[in-house]
Amino acid sequence: MTSYTTSTQDRPLVKAPKTDPNWLWRMAWRDSRRSRQRLFLFMSAIVLGIAALVAINSFGDNLARSIDEQSRELLGADLTLSWNRPPSKKTQQFLRTIGQDRTYEVSFPSLVSIPRTGGIRLAQVKGLTGNFPYYGDWEVTPAAGIQAFRKSGERVALVDDALLVQLGAQPGDSVKVGNLSFRIAGRVMKTPGQAAIASTVAPTVFIPNTFMNQTGLLQRGSRVNYRYYYQFSPGTDVSAYVKTITARLDKEGINYDTIAERKRQTGRAFADLTQYLSLVAFVALLLGCVGVASAVQLYVKEKIASVAILRTLGASGRQGLQIYLIQTALMGLIGAVIGAVVGSVVQLVLPQVFGNFLPVAVDTVVSWSAVLAGVGTGLLISVLFALLPLLAIRNVSPLRTLRTSYEDDLSGRDPLRWLVYGLILLFIAGFSYLQTQEWKLAIGFTVGLAVAFGVLTALGLALIWLVRRFFPASWSYVWRQSLANLYRPNNQTIILVTAIGLGAFLIATLSLTQGLLLSRVELSASGNQPNMVLFDIQNEQLAGVKSLVKQQKLPVLQQVPVVTMRLNDINGRTAETVRKDTSIKIPDWAFSREYRVTYRDTLISSEKLGSGKAPSQSNGAVYISLEKPYFDRLKLKLGDTLNFNVQGAPIQTIVGGTREVDWNRVQPNFLVVFPAGVLEQAPQFHVVMTRVPNNETSAALQRGLVAQFPNVSAIDLGLVLKTIDEILDQISFVIRFMALFSILTGLLVLGSSVVISKYQRLRESVLLRTLGANRNQILLITALEYGLLGLLAALSGILLSLFGTWALAQYVFEVPFRPTALPLVLVAGVVTLLTVAIGVFNSRDVLVRPPLDVLRSEG
Amino acid sequence: MSILRVENLSKTYQSRGRSLTVLDNVSFTLQPGDTFAIVGPSGSGKTTLLGLCAGLDRASSGSVYLNEIQLDNLSEDQRAAVRNQYVGFIFQNFQLLPTLTALENVMVPLELRGEKGAARTAQELLERVGLGQRGHHYPTQLSGGEQQRVSLARAFANRPKLLFADEPTGNLDTDTSATVVDLLFELNREAGTTLVLVTHDLELASRTQRVIRIKGGTVISDSRPEQVTVG
Ligand SMILES: Nc1ncnc2c1ncn2[C@@H]1O[C@H](COP(=O)(O)OP(=O)(O)OP(=O)(O)O)[C@@H](O)[C@H]1O
Ligand SMILES: [Mg+2]
Repeated sequence: MTSYTTSTQDRPLVKAPKTDPNWLWRMAWRDSRRSRQRLFLFMSAIVLGIAALVAINSFGDNLARSIDEQSRELLGADLTLSWNRPPSKKTQQFLRTIGQDRTYEVSFPSLVSIPRTGGIRLAQVKGLTGNFPYYGDWEVTPAAGIQAFRKSGERVALVDDALLVQLGAQPGDSVKVGNLSFRIAGRVMKTPGQAAIASTVAPTVFIPNTFMNQTGLLQRGSRVNYRYYYQFSPGTDVSAYVKTITARLDKEGINYDTIAERKRQTGRAFADLTQYLSLVAFVALLLGCVGVASAVQLYVKEKIASVAILRTLGASGRQGLQIYLIQTALMGLIGAVIGAVVGSVVQLVLPQVFGNFLPVAVDTVVSWSAVLAGVGTGLLISVLFALLPLLAIRNVSPLRTLRTSYEDDLSGRDPLRWLVYGLILLFIAGFSYLQTQEWKLAIGFTVGLAVAFGVLTALGLALIWLVRRFFPASWSYVWRQSLANLYRPNNQTIILVTAIGLGAFLIATLSLTQGLLLSRVELSASGNQPNMVLFDIQNEQLAGVKSLVKQQKLPVLQQVPVVTMRLNDINGRTAETVRKDTSIKIPDWAFSREYRVTYRDTLISSEKLGSGKAPSQSNGAVYISLEKPYFDRLKLKLGDTLNFNVQGAPIQTIVGGTREVDWNRVQPNFLVVFPAGVLEQAPQFHVVMTRVPNNETSAALQRGLVAQFPNVSAIDLGLVLKTIDEILDQISFVIRFMALFSILTGLLVLGSSVVISKYQRLRESVLLRTLGANRNQILLITALEYGLLGLLAALSGILLSLFGTWALAQYVFEVPFRPTALPLVLVAGVVTLLTVAIGVFNSRDVLVRPPLDVLRSEG
Repeated sequence: MSILRVENLSKTYQSRGRSLTVLDNVSFTLQPGDTFAIVGPSGSGKTTLLGLCAGLDRASSGSVYLNEIQLDNLSEDQRAAVRNQYVGFIFQNFQLLPTLTALENVMVPLELRGEKGAARTAQELLERVGLGQRGHHYPTQLSGGEQQRVSLARAFANRPKLLFADEPTGNLDTDTSATVVDLLFELNREAGTTLVLVTHDLELASRTQRVIRIKGGTVISDSRPEQVTVG
């Protein structure tokens, strides 16, 4: 207890009153009696943000648990080993002894066709022998298809649903793979270990492995992948077993995948995904908090008189603040709890939203940790935001009880405000760090948000200033009144520009980014760029394929030879030396991967010289050119030697130069380019590129290929584009779903702002009406005011979004930025109309109620 | 020992670069139990003086001693503590908390002090001002006179040594005024409180033991001139 002494005597005369702490709660409760509904309206702004946060985090928890529980289905087996070059005889023998049961798989991409419909498409062909899958359900309709498939000797195939749909086929039809036709015995809905989205990207045709050779597709250069699925006897520690054979596998370039490893990877990928999405949810929460701050500001203005009385009666500034802090915190708690309940319900639909992406079936239960975290986060951040206006209560002067016009007390700068701003920023940065575990991203997110809020606030201020400065005094009364509403005291211009602007920003950015991603691909399909790639062409087929292309009156735009090889050593150091010597930081994949190499003496249009020179030969030395990032990751320098194993024959090379490669172009690009005159006699295959004008020609060419050169595959860029579009659609649906919460919060803030300011509006409009304004004039004034606000907010948001996506295009995707106007115009229009609609709807009281009624109830 | 001592008090407002002296070197001393009226024309500085005496505002120069505590050196929160302990208020526009019932309004000063039995004391006070049945009513449900009686009950709730009243009847009609004023003086006599009354109403002022007139911020007369120094 503090005591104060008089100047003349040293005995204590004044003691700070010993107020019972419970009194603050009682006062908070009593004082809220008249305004509980409105207080709740303030806090409702955070409901959706917290709901989004709780939903996505609950879903994340449930997904992680489901992945854990169903981890065996992720792989469909206990262990898989895969490779793409034949291992030694001894190893092959060894591979056949692992585990209790095993399934062998050979897979490669190839054109497949349906003779009945004439449909043709590039697909992944998988030849299987064995009882895969060991875990999980292979969803095939009819289910009997699986038995038919496993019975050896029958030419039956199981085909992914996506492919059947695309080819217009169904079970019972036959599918042609290379030289052979197979009866389609079943439609594959789901394969263990594969998200449904995978079958959109690379739909699969499963055939019995016994027919693989007869298809005639396994030729030199074909990109064949081999795999064993193993089942172990129950209780085996597979990870421990794999450790004992790792060295042997690595030496042969065999990749392995265990359930534990797959679980870890899948779990992490989805944890990342849900955590990024929770940032989107957080934006909704923050937007709600801005709404809270602005509503509380109006509330505080109303409460100043009461605070002044309390202060006159002897309450301290701190006590005044505490009373209203208790009120807002309690309302925040109610809002947060409602949000958590809504969020727990919303998460039930999230599995449908994610749909094709999910690797396992997610069973959704309430995640208490997510609920607690959501309520805690929401409460804390909303109280921080509410504190910004609440702090002013500390400075309310008791002099206001004597003079109503007194204004000096609230205008001063309050250092505590800056502390609260700092805490808010810290909280945002901390939250985003916790979610992403990346400081750079967390700081980027925080700064980005601060900039977005800052820019929108600045635009709101600029609008107010402009309207004031250039007030059109000669305009009609209705216009003048609605413009004046934008800057008169207690206006909500800034909060509405921020809330609506941020919503518009989100929608516009989503639309622009999707366009950006597509244009990155479309770019390469435009003009005279090739849009169809024919690959796996053998030496002896090259002339035939070219003449087939010309028969269709199509150009051969490019023809590239490809030689596959492996890396033996770098500067004499082999994979083994590198692995043993941990001081050498060369990644393992440098030695284990297969290199596809072409040869020429010049660079092509998609390449730029980085350093050194183009590939060349001099005095018998072979100078090769490496792609720059590859060169960097292998920590190489010009003049280093690389020894390649070209299908048995070693070739010593010297790094002669580097290239920057534009990987966005549709053409084969290479990490390593040899000079001409070295690889001409090596076993090789060719890639031919052409441009097809339409789908019919494309199909005709592919039919010709399948008939004459069944092993040659074709990638139709149009189809790739369509696939990418589908995937982007799916992704952006998920993001849009999360962004929806921000947009709804924006609308909620808009709605509640209108309702809150209505009390004050009511009197004015009534006054106007008593003075003779008619209902239509008041309606027009309201509509114009919200129209102006909505339009400006939408334009601000779109401007911000254009800037953001431009930066994204420039620095991340590195594509020219050409936004399409139509969606933006649409966003501006819809946002403006919505603002007017909500504004007018919530002001309907003002229009409908008879003036006298209002005056009486307000008096 | 004096209950209120004002020494060379001046108040100057700065507005738009110009300074306006509202109170100029005012001094006086009040003994416990005095009743005291400040009268003067509108704008003469009466309310300003009252606000300074009660520690609601700070003077530009000079000092105020309330129960021998020098207010000028105290922070706003410390002055609030002084008010809670020694001072009661009555305002022209009642200044009841609109969200609290009559009873709760009277309880506030008691509760702020952390006193036990606040509700009982408050109820007794309400009965004393004739509103024992109206405790659960909100200010908007009471007439002006009733509101002012509630505010009287509140002013006496913490048994103040000093009661400040700024135009307590300014918003009331003549009959109601009479009731409120009678009640005010009655309560004041019973409690032995020192009363400082600001008013236009000379009749009301004449009921006090001592009247000072101020004009243009300076004291121009005092009914007990020997105790007032005019600067
Ligand atoms: N914050 C302020 N800034 C500038 N001038 C002020 C301020 N507060 C009061 N004044 C001026 O001080 C003068 C005295 O005001 P005060 O309210 O004390 O007068 P009063 O005697 O109480 O008048 P009334 O009888 O009308 O209530 C007035 O001229 C007023 O305009
Ligand atoms: Mg006055």
